[in-house]
Amino acid sequence: MLKIFKYSFYDVLRSRWTIIYFLFFFISTLSLLYLSNNLSKAITSLMNIILTIIPLISMIFGVMHYYNSRDFIDLLLSQPVKRKEVFIGQYLGLSISLAAGFLLGILIPFLFYGLSVSVDVWNFAVLAAAGVFLTFIFVALSFFISLLNDDKIKGFGIAILTWLYLAVLYDGMILLVFVSFNEYPLETPALIFTLLNPIDLSRVMVLLQLDISALMGYTGAVFNKFFGTTGGMVLSMASMLIWIILLLIGINKVSSKKDF
Amino acid sequence: MVELSNIRKSFGKLPVLNGVSMNIAGGKIVTREIFVNGQNIKDNPVYRHLIGYLPQTTRFPENLSVREFLRMIEDVRMAKGKSGELLSLFALDRFLNKSLRNLSGGTRQKVNVVLSLMFYPSVYIMDEPTVGLDPVSRVRFKELLKKEKENGKTLLLVTHLLSEAEELADEIVFLMDGYICYHGDPKVLMAEQKENTLEKAIAGMMEVSTQNSNPNINSR
Amino acid sequence: MKYYLIFLFIALQQGLNLAATIVVCKTCPVSAIAHAVQLAKNGDEIIIKPGTYKERGILIDKSVRVTGENYPVIDGENLGEVINIIADSVLVQNIVIQNVGSSYLQDRAGIRITRSKHCILNGNKLKNTFFGIYLAHSDSCVIRNNEVQGIPDKESNTGNAIHLWYCRNNLIEGNRLSGHRDGIYFEFVEHSKIYGNTSSDQIRYGLHFMFSHHCDYFRNKFSGNGAGVAVMYSHDISMHENLFSDNWSPVSNGALLKDISDSRIYKNVFEQNTIGLYAEGCHRIEIANNDFIKNGWAVKILGTSENNKFIENNFIANTFEVVTNESRSHNLFEKNFWSDYSGYDLDKDGIGDVPHRPVKLFTYIVENIPPAIILLKSLFIDLLNLAEKVAPVITPETLTDTKPLMKQVQW
Repeated sequence: MLKIFKYSFYDVLRSRWTIIYFLFFFISTLSLLYLSNNLSKAITSLMNIILTIIPLISMIFGVMHYYNSRDFIDLLLSQPVKRKEVFIGQYLGLSISLAAGFLLGILIPFLFYGLSVSVDVWNFAVLAAAGVFLTFIFVALSFFISLLNDDKIKGFGIAILTWLYLAVLYDGMILLVFVSFNEYPLETPALIFTLLNPIDLSRVMVLLQLDISALMGYTGAVFNKFFGTTGGMVLSMASMLIWIILLLIGINKVSSKKDF
Repeated sequence: MVELSNIRKSFGKLPVLNGVSMNIAGGKIVTREIFVNGQNIKDNPVYRHLIGYLPQTTRFPENLSVREFLRMIEDVRMAKGKSGELLSLFALDRFLNKSLRNLSGGTRQKVNVVLSLMFYPSVYIMDEPTVGLDPVSRVRFKELLKKEKENGKTLLLVTHLLSEAEELADEIVFLMDGYICYHGDPKVLMAEQKENTLEKAIAGMMEVSTQNSNPNINSR
Repeated sequence: MKYYLIFLFIALQQGLNLAATIVVCKTCPVSAIAHAVQLAKNGDEIIIKPGTYKERGILIDKSVRVTGENYPVIDGENLGEVINIIADSVLVQNIVIQNVGSSYLQDRAGIRITRSKHCILNGNKLKNTFFGIYLAHSDSCVIRNNEVQGIPDKESNTGNAIHLWYCRNNLIEGNRLSGHRDGIYFEFVEHSKIYGNTSSDQIRYGLHFMFSHHCDYFRNKFSGNGAGVAVMYSHDISMHENLFSDNWSPVSNGALLKDISDSRIYKNVFEQNTIGLYAEGCHRIEIANNDFIKNGWAVKILGTSENNKFIENNFIANTFEVVTNESRSHNLFEKNFWSDYSGYDLDKDGIGDVPHRPVKLFTYIVENIPPAIILLKSLFIDLLNLAEKVAPVITPETLTDTKPLMKQVQW
């Protein structure tokens, strides 16, 4: 697995798309820092970009990478390695190089700009962690979807729809539930909904690190209290990890049954 | 050495192998399983050490150099390949540090060829190996294959170039609609059909089988 | 200013005539402050030497000047009030007063002034007094540069740092107040000024102000108070150049205005409060040149408020700019700077060519379904806000700033 990861990592890291991805984060972070002149505000704007772009691009890269590597995967499968190792190795290669592109892209401008205030370091860390988690989750999701669909177009379509659902429609659905059940206490359902969707969870985790979380009135305080406790933190991390683990199990299952 | 037993394969809804069984160079047949040198391949990737596979397409990790790519496969097989002479034989030396992305289709196919040969495995499985090769490389490649055959290696060659099959094969399996139409010595087939090339012999056989509309008619 | 002059004149006159000085110290003939007051006549000066005096219930019923040297400490040992002034023109300065204790029968205070005029409390330090300084029915007093510090554990365990009840023409200036229920409490107080005070970390309000008309408060800092500042049931109020900041509790307002009318609020800074300015039942208030920075809700104005004007304020980086509960607005927003404004200024006159709508659809949703706050800054909400901006259906169409400024107002 490590060998396949190693070469796949080299390969993706040197791809011009990874470099474009890196440059995208580098330039947007740099310009946000310059324009807003305020680390905390830059983090909020960056959060919006990260929560939208990382899942989308991870998904697209993942699907593209999978379909482009089909022949290579066939070749690897003819070699004396387990299927699991081929797919997990490729998965790690792609996720880690994308995560590296993203991390360097936001880290360098922040270092340039002076990551001096300790509060902002913590905010930055949460933001970076959220981005990395999202990368791993959405690359896994894209592999899973592509494995299930041999048809490239169909795979692409499903991947984009899945992204659209998790990034946009899911929140619409929450709002619809809120509107329909307005008479009931909704704090707990809201927390559960948030925990289930990695994009929402990342958004809430980052927001709660920022000052504005404390200014969100009574309900905001309820959420803040939940996610601020060790239990809440553990639960959030667990939710992210469960996403990754379940998807990897899925990839493993589908790939071992799949007829290549 | 290679046994196929009741193998089915389809791409989507299109069946390409309908319970094909065959036995290449002796051995025994066991239902619905593939044995290589007597090892069942199911849940056992170790058998693939014995195999050199040459796929039809050459879309490999495009940002790796030729050297890295060969090293990767060596790493994966945990074996040192004897690529040196093969690389010079196919004039690949000067491409060693180039990214695969920057190579032409023919050059990539040569890399492909080197890759499948460099471990000198006991079984070769090659899918249209000569497509895209320049004439010089093609000749050299075929000579290598013949030498390996003489060394007692098993070669499974998939090709639609019947001249190539005629030149290289001791035994041909002709598949149509997922069934084996013919399995045997190409020379015997040519003699049976009274043709001087394999191509014509096969064409003659197909006419008969279409008329009878029984795909299994010539299986033996 | 008039009052100070009169006071000076009286003091001067008395000093010239018959002023005597009584010194109090541990080893002096007069070793208790209460004793010194008994001995004193109107216009005398009592000087307290450094040391700790365990006294309480010191009744000052003469116009004397009590001055501490190097901050002598009067310790009430948690047994009762320390100084009780019932005479006019009393001066108490540079004294530390501590530990009055609490009682269920009486609101104890460190210094109490009742039915007196022209008293001055200057530079005193009050620690762990239930109420700090308590004025009732007293006029024309000055409370200046005192430090009132409580160590409460719960609201019922403390009173207010400075408490005025039925008073007129007082000046509360430059005091530093913390750790009480309310920092400054006014009820039925008129024509008074609150100037340059710092009131922070109070359990409830930094300033609590009721039925007190014609008052002026400026250049104060109110920060980190449990519920911010509350100004209620008053008219003709001036609030200017104050800082309202870091009032972060779920129920906090930078400033809460309830039933306030004909008042002026200008050049204040509202920064990092849950709600910057909350207005309910307010009329004819002019709110100009204020900065609203990084608040959860910059302005919450309920529909019962009418004819208020928001002019030339800066709204910078607030999560929500304006929230209201009515579909029609009867207040004017004009020429404000909104950091959320996304319009343009083609004619370069410094005024955006498209009106700004500070009430977002999401503001409205959160107002009606508070848990929806969890969707804050989600892509779906951004899209929803955008759609509503393009074609308003729910948000009040009349609540717009038709002349949004392109650059921050400098004031």
